[in-house]
Amino acid sequence: MTVSLLIFLPVIAAVLVLFFKNSAAKHAALVFSLAELVLAGVFLSKFVPNATTQFQIDVPWIPKFGIYFSAGIDGISMIMVLLSVLLVPLIILTTYKHQYKNANAFYALILFMQAGMLVVFTALDGFLFYVGWEAALIPIYFICSLWGGQNRIKVTIKFFLYTFSGSLIMLVAIIYLYLQSPEKTYDLSHFYNLHLSIGQQSWVFWAFFLAFAIKMPLFPFHTWQPDTYTEAPSAGTMMLAGIMLKMGIYGVIRWLVPLVPLGYNRWWDTAIVLSIIGIVYASIIAFRQKDGKRLVAYSSIAHVGLISAGIFAWTYFGLQGAMIQMLSHGINVVGMFFIWEIIGSRLNTRQISELGGIAKVAPKFAIAFLIITLGTVALPLTNGFVGEFLLLAGILSINLWLAVFAGLTMIFGAVYMLRMYKSVMQGETNALTAIFADISGSEKLVLGIICALIIVIGVYPQPILHISDAAVKQLVDQTTMKFYQAKP
Amino acid sequence: MITLIIISTLPILLLYLGLYKAQKSLLPVTLVGLLVALGFAIASYTRADMATPIYSGMMLFNNFAVVFSGVTIVSTVLIVLLSRGYFEKISSHVAEYYAIILFSLAGIIIMVSFYNLVMLFIGIEIMSVSLYILAGIKKTDFASNEAALKYFLMGAFSTGFLLFGIALIYGSSGSFSLEAIRNWVLSQPHHVDPMFYAGILLIIVGLCFKVGAAPFHFWTPDVYEGSPTLITAFMSTVAKTAAFAAFLRLFSECFQPVSDFWVPVLLVITIVTLFIGNLTALYQQSFKRMLAFSSISHAGYLLFAIVALGASSANSVFVYATAYSIASIISFGGLILVQQQSGNDNFESFNGLGKKNPFLAAVISIAMLSLAGIPLTAGFIGKFFMFSGALLQFHLVMVLLAVVNAIISIFYYFKVIIAMYFRDAERDELVVPAYYKFVLGIAAIATILIGVDPGLITGLI
Repeated sequence: MTVSLLIFLPVIAAVLVLFFKNSAAKHAALVFSLAELVLAGVFLSKFVPNATTQFQIDVPWIPKFGIYFSAGIDGISMIMVLLSVLLVPLIILTTYKHQYKNANAFYALILFMQAGMLVVFTALDGFLFYVGWEAALIPIYFICSLWGGQNRIKVTIKFFLYTFSGSLIMLVAIIYLYLQSPEKTYDLSHFYNLHLSIGQQSWVFWAFFLAFAIKMPLFPFHTWQPDTYTEAPSAGTMMLAGIMLKMGIYGVIRWLVPLVPLGYNRWWDTAIVLSIIGIVYASIIAFRQKDGKRLVAYSSIAHVGLISAGIFAWTYFGLQGAMIQMLSHGINVVGMFFIWEIIGSRLNTRQISELGGIAKVAPKFAIAFLIITLGTVALPLTNGFVGEFLLLAGILSINLWLAVFAGLTMIFGAVYMLRMYKSVMQGETNALTAIFADISGSEKLVLGIICALIIVIGVYPQPILHISDAAVKQLVDQTTMKFYQAKP
Repeated sequence: MITLIIISTLPILLLYLGLYKAQKSLLPVTLVGLLVALGFAIASYTRADMATPIYSGMMLFNNFAVVFSGVTIVSTVLIVLLSRGYFEKISSHVAEYYAIILFSLAGIIIMVSFYNLVMLFIGIEIMSVSLYILAGIKKTDFASNEAALKYFLMGAFSTGFLLFGIALIYGSSGSFSLEAIRNWVLSQPHHVDPMFYAGILLIIVGLCFKVGAAPFHFWTPDVYEGSPTLITAFMSTVAKTAAFAAFLRLFSECFQPVSDFWVPVLLVITIVTLFIGNLTALYQQSFKRMLAFSSISHAGYLLFAIVALGASSANSVFVYATAYSIASIISFGGLILVQQQSGNDNFESFNGLGKKNPFLAAVISIAMLSLAGIPLTAGFIGKFFMFSGALLQFHLVMVLLAVVNAIISIFYYFKVIIAMYFRDAERDELVVPAYYKFVLGIAAIATILIGVDPGLITGLI
């Protein structure tokens, strides 16, 4: 049993979904994504949580150029795989009340994108990683620009150009590493053993950093993000914010720091400061947002900034926090965007100032919204708390002041999120919100699952932490050792 | 070698068929002839590549020549397939078209298998003279006449440079044979005759004109725009591939030892070509003119392989040229259909195509993605090899500039995709003839197939 099963099932599913009628496509897509979830469950049950890479596949692809179809799952990848297989069915469920034009193409693109992301999360070969990276980009471009809002054409081409520029520069760096490797291979483990000078490592560091920072996005490469999130159809936004931006974070953990430890050692402070500027900056902008979806988009920049800062601190706690926070953030942000999708589709507005009092007419919706909000602001006993606590602990062990500023995300987040909740849900109903219908059917199901996950992970995160524990420990030790070896 | 003989005699047969008014048999005869020629070419492919020069060292039909003959013949077959019903509309002398295209192809076969500068010159001339005629074949059309005259004047001028260069090379080395020239260069490690250098420079000028590299590209947009679209497709795919094959063959066989001298020159030309092609393509309103400028920028990427001359250069050029040719044939094929319906070739005439003709829009999108170099298409593999080869020779700055250009090119390739899918327009469904469906479908599948499993064509050289 190799990881190729997991990768190719969505590809086949995507092709098959194309043959369904538009009305049946969503059911087919849901069934396929659930099958993928079950398959991932089987993988999880056979997974041994030690530091080794399991379910490995390694077949020649273009052997003449040292390119192999080489992929596998270790603890870190496992969390990412779980994240994507868990969220895709949920995201497909969120679209159940919506009738898209050419629905079969829509769901096929979502499934194809899932395959691309799974390649990214499991690839052990630089070339494969890059191909997966781009293969995830093309579908989301079409999803956003075919089913998006008013300004979609301009906004999505900006998004595409941003990410494509970053990834091309990363490609140059990957080829560069290939040429430096004595065996002329794209194999990741060979890349780990390269001995490059600090100058070479520095530029490779920045080349990778650019690609990942654009994807996450980090300040100052974030300008594509709020527009794209706002214009994209909500399922597209969820794919982007829930799973795709984690490709950038995962890239830093698996590729950037371990590949060029000396480059990292030289530049980590710049990277961490950029992350923290992003936290403060995005939080302040989030205060001023009038559109709910946009507010969530900016809050996502702030949260990702914290994850990135925690990773660039490169401590065991920080990385473990990043792993669980990626999962939690994915769940919470999908919930948050779904909340706004429900509001937007019922009332045809997302302006916070026009809303109010919804809690009175829709109590179930209010509870779900509250739990998701609390998860997002990282209240203890919700999933957000575990991750952010560990991340801050990681940053604190590096520098007190960085931790203080990074901690602002929790305070700021609480302020703008709770304020948003208050003005949308509490107070008196107005003419618009008085007729708000409470959630039902598939909406109830999705929000129920999300709320359950928020609480369960918040109360008992141990199983998830355990999955990535050994892999993270080994990765940190292995990289930290190189810092010391390099010192004269 | 039988390939060349078949391709040279086939047009004569076609002319006779035309003489006896056997219009219906022209296309089948051409196709069968080309496929037989292709079969003979493939049959002479050898694993170990033990080919020896033939005809007193005039030609060398080695694997390099075989694969480039292969890709040019296959492209020609695709283009000829698209020509059904196309030439009849332009004029009544249909046999001439097929015959001249094949004459041109004969020149191309010589260009990819020459082993003597005389053969290079003859090959280029056979190809070019045929192309001059083809460009102006719409006799009553003003633009077509302009294209032919421009192409001829500029082409004749550049041939002069090429010939002068060859003469200077001969003057210093005393031979036309590639092998003899190479040995002569190797025998003079410290001091090479300045005349020889002058010869190289003049040959660069001549060949850069033929491949349409800046600053010798001024003929391209007008000629491409004025010529009948199918002829443009032929010029920008088959003729360009052949010119690059000849370029590469000459420089890797003869001039590699003195690469320190000409690499800086070509480096500048490459970068200028990339920027001029891409930046000008950005401002085009016409799809055909955009393709003309994009073909200039692709010439820039192809030049990478010659600047970073190495063992894998031939493979890079082959993969890139194949990917580029297939994608271009799709684009021009799609353009012909759209042009027939709307009467012009502006981007606007593609509006709303995605709704009415999903198949056509999908294959054009694949072609655009391939030209833009997006992974899982053949174009990406081509760019990937070019970048790898250039980085291997430490041309980091050049690669970064090329990356900038690849990003710029997204704008204009995506313009087409955006027009087809995201802009609505009142339009009727286009009738896509079956053979168009066949050619475009095959080409699109090939593009994806090469993108997913490049092992299919890499490693042939």
